[in-house]
Amino acid sequence: MSKSKSVVTEICNRYGNTRVRLMDIVRDVQQELGHVPREAFDLIAKGAHTHRVEVESVISFYAFLSERKKGDVVIRLCDDIIDRYQGGEAVAEALTRALGIGFNETTSDGRVTLEKTPSIGMSDQAPAMMVNDVMVTRLTPELIPGLVAKLRQTNDPQSLVESYGDGNNAHALIRSMVCNNIRESGAVILADYKRERGLRKALTETPADVIADVKASGLRGRGGAGFLTGLKWELTRESPGAEKFVLCNADEGEPGTFKDRVLLTERADLMIEGMTIAGYATGAETGIIYLRGEYAYLRPYLEDVLNRRRAGKLLGNGILGNAEFHFDVRIQMGAGAYICGEETSLISSCEGTRGDPSDRTPFPVAKGYLVSPTAVNNVETYCCAARIMDQGAGWFAAIGTQRSTGTKLLSVCGDCARPGIYEVPFGTTLREVLRRAGAENTAAVQVGGPSGQMVGPAQFDQGISYEELATGGSMMVFSNDRDILEIVEAFMEFFVKESCGYCVPCRVGNVLLKSRIERIRQGDGAPADLAYLKKLGESVKRMSRCGLGQTSPNPILTSLKNFQPVYNALVREDKTGLQKSFHIMRAVEEASVIAGRRSEVFHA
Amino acid sequence: MNKSIHLTIDGKPVEAKHGQTIMQAADAAGIYIPRLCSHPDLRPIGSCRVCTVIVDGRPQAACVKPAMDGMVIENDTPELLQHRRNIIDMMFVEGNHFCMFCEKSGNCELQAMAYRFGITAPQYPFQFPEKAVDASHPDIMLDHNRCIMCARCVRASQELDGKNVFQAIGRGFHRKIGVDGEKALADTDMAVGDRSADVCPVGCIIKKRIGFRTAIGRRLYDRQPIGSDIEANATP
Ligand SMILES: Cc1cc2nc3c(=O)[nH]c(=O)nc-3n(C[C@H](O)[C@H](O)[C@H](O)COP(=O)(O)O)c2cc1C
Ligand code: SF4
Ligand code: SF4
Ligand code: SF4
Ligand code: FES
Repeated sequence: MSKSKSVVTEICNRYGNTRVRLMDIVRDVQQELGHVPREAFDLIAKGAHTHRVEVESVISFYAFLSERKKGDVVIRLCDDIIDRYQGGEAVAEALTRALGIGFNETTSDGRVTLEKTPSIGMSDQAPAMMVNDVMVTRLTPELIPGLVAKLRQTNDPQSLVESYGDGNNAHALIRSMVCNNIRESGAVILADYKRERGLRKALTETPADVIADVKASGLRGRGGAGFLTGLKWELTRESPGAEKFVLCNADEGEPGTFKDRVLLTERADLMIEGMTIAGYATGAETGIIYLRGEYAYLRPYLEDVLNRRRAGKLLGNGILGNAEFHFDVRIQMGAGAYICGEETSLISSCEGTRGDPSDRTPFPVAKGYLVSPTAVNNVETYCCAARIMDQGAGWFAAIGTQRSTGTKLLSVCGDCARPGIYEVPFGTTLREVLRRAGAENTAAVQVGGPSGQMVGPAQFDQGISYEELATGGSMMVFSNDRDILEIVEAFMEFFVKESCGYCVPCRVGNVLLKSRIERIRQGDGAPADLAYLKKLGESVKRMSRCGLGQTSPNPILTSLKNFQPVYNALVREDKTGLQKSFHIMRAVEEASVIAGRRSEVFHA
Repeated sequence: MNKSIHLTIDGKPVEAKHGQTIMQAADAAGIYIPRLCSHPDLRPIGSCRVCTVIVDGRPQAACVKPAMDGMVIENDTPELLQHRRNIIDMMFVEGNHFCMFCEKSGNCELQAMAYRFGITAPQYPFQFPEKAVDASHPDIMLDHNRCIMCARCVRASQELDGKNVFQAIGRGFHRKIGVDGEKALADTDMAVGDRSADVCPVGCIIKKRIGFRTAIGRRLYDRQPIGSDIEANATP
């Protein structure tokens, strides 16, 4: 305990002993000790000027933090349905065999812990796993014994990386095997551009004019909700507050999405340029990049980009010689919680608390980070904003459709020959996207991730846009040999795991929804179960407090709508009139155990 | 600025003061909006969602949403009653509620709400979760089997007692109320006179040695349905 005592004290001091940095404090403790031991709760509470139960509250919220001691190396295998369909289950088996342990176990020498985790943003190179912060992609069962042997030998996750991916993945500060898989570049984001020209132009205008430009471009948020970016900046600017903040949402937690990963790798400067423009427009002097825990491997590189920009007068005091304009950016690491992509949760997490969302009156533009006006935008949104300042609002508005201007980055994954990043103008049809990605025999596409909608061939001629098929980027392709309800169940499992549990309909409703899907898949479903799912799903959607619960029934509700025959085939009225889900043998099982003998009536 | 606010609830005109929530405005007008997590002495947090109303077509929790001029609000509609009922059912099946053995029976807001909604048995399958009972404290017992995660205790401790005895821990279905001590309630600075010991709507926080002093059958909601005090303010 004395070693951990000095470690904890040192870490608390490192973050200025403030409550607001509790998230960083416990993350660092976890990193150095392999867990956050209960004995340290009081010490951390004292060191961060908070209460013991607050510390426990934070640690118990995030998947990457734990009281329990873990191995020196934690292997987290991505358990997304895309990974499972690309051979993830065989990889899982190979891992347990090679390590001699099951999931959620640690080897007896205390060196390796094996876990599963939801989508880690590598769906285009699945199956994939994280070994501490190191990404290991394109796994096969055959590779596993060699990887495990190597790890045992070196104890260094980085040693598993034998060759680097393209572009900045090979940068000295990233050194990752991750590949960008950029399949198609469009005019706005992945095109060649002249660095800082957008920022330089913005600084020649007044903040109000910058906002007017962004408004005129019609830019809408790329994180999913599609709120008008110019309006958001204007509201932030106009809300009273001594300090304002610009937050960049790099949580990218929606399963199947990985476009922000590629932007953080290849367009970090453009993104920060956009944040800086937002700082100028809103009057903020501080920006925060909220980086999902899974992308920790990009952090050293991003810190370096920030330092380079500080040295080049692109961040800090008096940016580009503009004596009045100061703006700097820090990185806040997440720790494994999908809900933290929701903007109010993200803010709570930046403030060092658990990521429960807060009420959206007042909205973050009025009272956000530290109760100050805050603009939260997606990585891609900031990239667009910088390009709009460079090339003009009219140029941007001419691309796409009337109500969805510009281009959209799509992360296409699953059953297709060319998974990866496609930058397409809004309005491009789904059929066209599938054709370019080399998807054949497609039965279903999950547009917008689990929280989006599951569509079938009847919808393939609709366009990608806010008015038709809206997506934050995730496009999961499933061919006709996949089991629709298996996919639906996997998505419901995701929501059950990721619900914060704050409100009743989402905390309980998703558990009920998932178990009814299970029942139907087991062949115990009755036609009445479909009405049950619809009604229950509607209640969860309408009554939940935040976007997670308001969208979590979507996999069920949209598949019921678009794949009704699949359900009908599974739920048949039992001709005997008996309730199919009732199994007498299972029902008497427990009583038999207690009684110590088998039922004479039911065991013939 | 101090111009009063006019809105309608189910077609009935209601006047609200600045700073009032929809629920406060409705209460003053004698319109009862069902609720469980909200408490008159505590900051509202909108966790149970039972008070959800439809404001200009969108669902909003009445306990947290500020009243605004011109709002058209639906409260007593078949659709909302069904959704609310569903949520109440969820609270029963996520815990272990055996009213016949429960000291709170008759004074319990969840039970009273079920009566108000005519619920005799929940429509969802019981989850039978394993939950703990913390009887460590000399004067107070915590029976997590009955907790509905309304966080009244969390708020009362912070806002009224100036302490920090309770906080949510865990997430999702495994979320529960944690205490600010080494292991159990006895390790905290909780005292039986604290307001946080009084605000629990259900039988989760129970004071020891006063059980069943008032006979079942003569308790608060045995005499009058929940919400009838508010409805008594109604103007014809
Ligand atoms: C459960 C949930 C998860 C979300 N995850 C993300 C995310 O990972 N990245 C993101 O940009 N937006 C996410 N959002 C949307 C944000 O709340 C917010 O709308 C967005 O960051 C605003 O930026 P934009 O206007 O640029 O899109 C999520 C929303 C919800 C409800
Ligand atoms: S909807 Fe789900 S995630 Fe959102 S507040 Fe409620 S429980 Fe938490
Ligand atoms: S807390 Fe209320 S609903 Fe639960 S068992 Fe006790 S009386 Fe019944
Ligand atoms: S213990 Fe009681 S007051 Fe506290 S959250 Fe549970 S039900 Fe609410
Ligand atoms: S009373 Fe409003 S959400 Fe519980």
